Amino acid sequence: MPEYQTFEHDVLVIGAGGAGLRAAIEASAAGVTVGIVCKSLLGKAHTVMAEGGVAAALANVDERDNWKVHFADTMRGGQYLNNWRMAELHAKEAPDRVRELEAWGALFDRTKDGRILQRNFGGHKYPRLAHVGDRTGLEMIRTLQDHGVHRGIDVHMECTVITLLKDGDRVVGAFGYDRERGRFRLFKARAFVLATGGIGRAYKITSNSWEYTGDGQALAYHAGAELMDMEFVQFHPTGMVWPPSVQGILVTEGVRGEGGVLQNKEGKRFMFDDIPELYKNQTADNPEEGWRYCQGDKEARRPPELLTRDHVARCIVREIKAGRGSPHDGVFLDISWIKEKIPKAAEHIKKKLPSMYHQFKQLADIDITQEPMEVGPTTHYIMGGVRVDGDTQMSTVPGLFAAGEVAAGLHGANRLGGNSLSDLLVFGQRAGKFAAQFAKEQGAGEINVAQVEQAAQRALEPFERNGANAEGPYQIQHALQEMMQDLVGIVRKEDEMLRALEGLQKLRKRGGQVAVPGNREYNPGWHTALDLDNLLTVSEAIARAAVERKESRGAHFREDYPDKDAAAGKFNIVVRKGTDGSMQVRRQPLSEMPAELKQIIEEMK
Amino acid sequence: MKTATFKIWRGDAKGGKFVDYSTEVSEGMVVLDAVHQIQAKQANDLACRWNCKAGKCGSCSAEVNGLPRLMCMTRLNDLPLDKPVTIEPMKAFPHVKDLVTDVSWNFHAKKKIKPFKPRPPDTPDGTWRMAQSDVDRVQEFRKCIECFLCQNVCHVLREHKLHDEFIGPRFFVQVAALEMHPLDIEDRTEELKQAHGIGYCNITKCCTKVCPEGITITDNAIIPLKERVVDNFYDPLGRWVKLFRPKT
Repeated sequence: MPEYQTFEHDVLVIGAGGAGLRAAIEASAAGVTVGIVCKSLLGKAHTVMAEGGVAAALANVDERDNWKVHFADTMRGGQYLNNWRMAELHAKEAPDRVRELEAWGALFDRTKDGRILQRNFGGHKYPRLAHVGDRTGLEMIRTLQDHGVHRGIDVHMECTVITLLKDGDRVVGAFGYDRERGRFRLFKARAFVLATGGIGRAYKITSNSWEYTGDGQALAYHAGAELMDMEFVQFHPTGMVWPPSVQGILVTEGVRGEGGVLQNKEGKRFMFDDIPELYKNQTADNPEEGWRYCQGDKEARRPPELLTRDHVARCIVREIKAGRGSPHDGVFLDISWIKEKIPKAAEHIKKKLPSMYHQFKQLADIDITQEPMEVGPTTHYIMGGVRVDGDTQMSTVPGLFAAGEVAAGLHGANRLGGNSLSDLLVFGQRAGKFAAQFAKEQGAGEINVAQVEQAAQRALEPFERNGANAEGPYQIQHALQEMMQDLVGIVRKEDEMLRALEGLQKLRKRGGQVAVPGNREYNPGWHTALDLDNLLTVSEAIARAAVERKESRGAHFREDYPDKDAAAGKFNIVVRKGTDGSMQVRRQPLSEMPAELKQIIEEMK
Repeated sequence: MKTATFKIWRGDAKGGKFVDYSTEVSEGMVVLDAVHQIQAKQANDLACRWNCKAGKCGSCSAEVNGLPRLMCMTRLNDLPLDKPVTIEPMKAFPHVKDLVTDVSWNFHAKKKIKPFKPRPPDTPDGTWRMAQSDVDRVQEFRKCIECFLCQNVCHVLREHKLHDEFIGPRFFVQVAALEMHPLDIEDRTEELKQAHGIGYCNITKCCTKVCPEGITITDNAIIPLKERVVDNFYDPLGRWVKLFRPKT
């Protein structure tokens, strides 16, 4: 029997990005003991990469903004598949969560009268994103981290959970390993909050780091929880495309918010050609009006570059496929043109978009104040995830909560930029609060030792394999990423996705033969091998849900069903593990929205 | 395609050696790309930390050709590839394995800093008003990505190993961010002088030179903090004035 260390907390938070930290702070404030597990070092999670800002209807820049407008924008962006309760709570609570960050030391950019400044972003009717230049995520995670370290939260850095342990229906333990020494760890707790983020590593071109292998989604799935909306993967329209080594790195939407325009190789602003019906009333029909909007003119409508991400990504793909793309299979994103409009444009760009300026200067030898960038879509975010209760964030498994990207519901079929940072604050806080409450009401559970032993032995198998079929973990991971990119990407077709499902079966077999050299100490090969299981699980969930949704809506685009289907707009797709171990797919009808919320949506149409 | 040789430190706390790897290099590659290629094809168990690969998380700190750098922001075409590129772990922290060091001391040092303490809200709705110019003053410090390269090159830590008496440049930057925060009313000068050991810094500016975020650590953070300590503890005239000045 492999040895393991045991740790005990009332609440264990798995994941230490914004949602995890916010949940840990809240749970700790409720008077329970809290442990937080980070896959990397504390403060390095993906939240740090968030650039544009955090959406909250503070109405500091435009007094017409309020929670109702934010709610309606979020629902419209999500094509009405959102959990309306989450969209309501999110819109109502985001302003308080942002102000609270300021009370904890975050320093946002200011308006002239000294309040928190807000910027324009895609799909948001009014300037709504509180921000710090283009490094808002760093400001948020550092604020939460520095606030959290004084709260007596136990931090388990560089530690990965590989399985959840149950006592009857309830989750009572988490089993994993520490990266540094490769020793196993058992965490006993009365409530668990998953805050593990996304699945970007299931795709070849992604803005996500190595950590985002769908761990939380897979842990929840294997523990019997339901996953929802997994077909909705957000491809951010603007990732870097050249040089090859930087492919996928994010170019913030803030570039377009500050007036950046998308052009094809003919120099045409192609976004004006295709403005969806749902957004016609809110979108400028000429460049002049679009520019005035970016300059804060309240009478102007937003430029089509600031339409929702799913739409912009598809328009870019269309231009590239039609042979009108840039030299390296992207399109041009130009902010330098604003020098025609304002004096000292170069200084202005460097001030508003400092990290973009450095990123292109250092990694691509491009001076964005002088020349256009080349950009193309990159896998960025998954709207789907663990199905949770809108108020408490508890999954369908008692004691198991989820918040942030790993949870489903708030964003529906497509997420608006800026709504993820507010998501993780609002629902991180709620998950922490209700997890603490749940923990207080529960006795300690029984850990099934046999299950622990089995998990440990399974985790060590890659070291023991050396058969003829043994393969390295990176080859299998790369094969999976290529396949998902090609067959379950931005534009989908039934036969391709069915091929992907077959391919996943084969990859699972290969995954069962994966072998790693060396020992358990800080061995990335081993970690990659263990993460593979999760990638395979979430990839299958994405493909199965995408096959089931026979329409195009939000981020899910089917070439064989290019239109929206009103009937398909009445349900979410839910997957769960069947009793025989196979993945079961079902349609979950949307719950009836209260009349007052319906009315808000009608009024804002 | 061109190939280049990378001399990478392999080993653990017990000892190690440089191992040569040769790998293909293409346009735009950074050092971290080469490490990943080697890891995927030749040495699956090669240990290295990384996350964002865009200079925003500060995970992939190492010494490249002897210089402390973020591997993700070090372009291969800025290095002479006709001779091997050496990649070693940071030296000021205990070695774990290959390119990974134990940086946990930094997380303990951070805890010693007194937390943010804001003045009472300016308005009845519980919010504050701040001028952009006041906010701008500290934004430089808040850019820090905690790569710990400044800690790595600071001789107080690297050579003299005064980890128990000195918090290092990274955390002076954090103290400066708090002390100059427009809302903060906490006083940290006593700690700066005692527990944080600011007196050990003799302004060699090595930290400033290696900061990938371009923070002017010595001039803008450490020296003003030293001045505060001097004002509070060593300035006889200032003390005299203070005796008669009404408390604000």
